[in-house]
Amino acid sequence: MDKYFKDERDVAMRLKYQILRDDFTRAGEASSKIKKVLKQLAIDATVIRRAAIATYEAEINLVIHSEGGTLEVYIKPDCIEIYVEDDGPGIADIELAMTKGFSTASVAVREMGFGAGMGLPNMEKVSDNFVIESEVGVGTNIKMTVRYI
Amino acid sequence: MTLKEIMAFVNGEVIACQEGLDHEVSSAFGSDLMSDVLAYVEENTLLITGLINQQVIRTAEMLDLKAILFVRGKVPCDEVVALANEKEIVLLTTKHTLFTVSGILYKEGLKGLQI
Ligand SMILES: Nc1ncnc2c1ncn2[C@@H]1O[C@H](COP(=O)(O)OP(=O)(O)OP(=O)(O)O)[C@@H](O)[C@H]1O
Ligand SMILES: [Mg+2]
Repeated sequence: MDKYFKDERDVAMRLKYQILRDDFTRAGEASSKIKKVLKQLAIDATVIRRAAIATYEAEINLVIHSEGGTLEVYIKPDCIEIYVEDDGPGIADIELAMTKGFSTASVAVREMGFGAGMGLPNMEKVSDNFVIESEVGVGTNIKMTVRYI
Repeated sequence: MTLKEIMAFVNGEVIACQEGLDHEVSSAFGSDLMSDVLAYVEENTLLITGLINQQVIRTAEMLDLKAILFVRGKVPCDEVVALANEKEIVLLTTKHTLFTVSGILYKEGLKGLQI
């Protein structure tokens, strides 16, 4: 897997959102705003849909699993890059976390309709390139690239 | 199948975005797990669920879904209904259970998704 790094070349537009831990009422707002911008740019609907799924799953994970973090989108001439960074707690076993069905979500989160253990595998599925790095006690960084067709 | 027809088949009521009732769906997916919905559902699909929180609307929004059918007589709160109106997502509600509406709509020709 590639190493996580922010590729600052050829960025036509940058979007950045702060996502707070346990902020259930606003969860999804950032993804909704991102989707709106992508639609205004007349990007292909399938590409927007994949980017929307990726940002939304990432946003929900920040709310339910992390101490909070940022969701950033770089819109480029040939692709959309999504950067997700958080302030912990980090993931001890990434391979396990990426397994379909694995989840440490609380009962409360499951009652909200999440915690199927499908988010990370789905984020990888909808991305053309997926990079995840994590350090326990530090945080998790994810980069997802969705190319235009 | 139009949403109007679906509403009649399940004896349902419309609670948001009435103007979208002429939209057509070709398949349906029933689940209370939004991540499963996000992983499997395609456009032109009716989402059938017993979950009535804001995340259901957000999930439909991300997937460009046109309609959600709530089962077991569930009706979401005003904020959730307002969000659906804003996002132009038709909300229907029926007294039937998920299993019963699935059976009714399947019999009428609505298909499940191949996953
Ligand atoms: N940002 C994060 N920080 C710490 N742990 C995380 C983070 N994201 C995911 N995890 C861990 O990885 C597990 C799997 O994540 P994934 O998104 O696949 O499933 P989930 O969030 O539990 O359920 P779902 O996404 O289906 O609602 C989580 O249960 C959690 O233990
Ligand atoms: Mg998740």
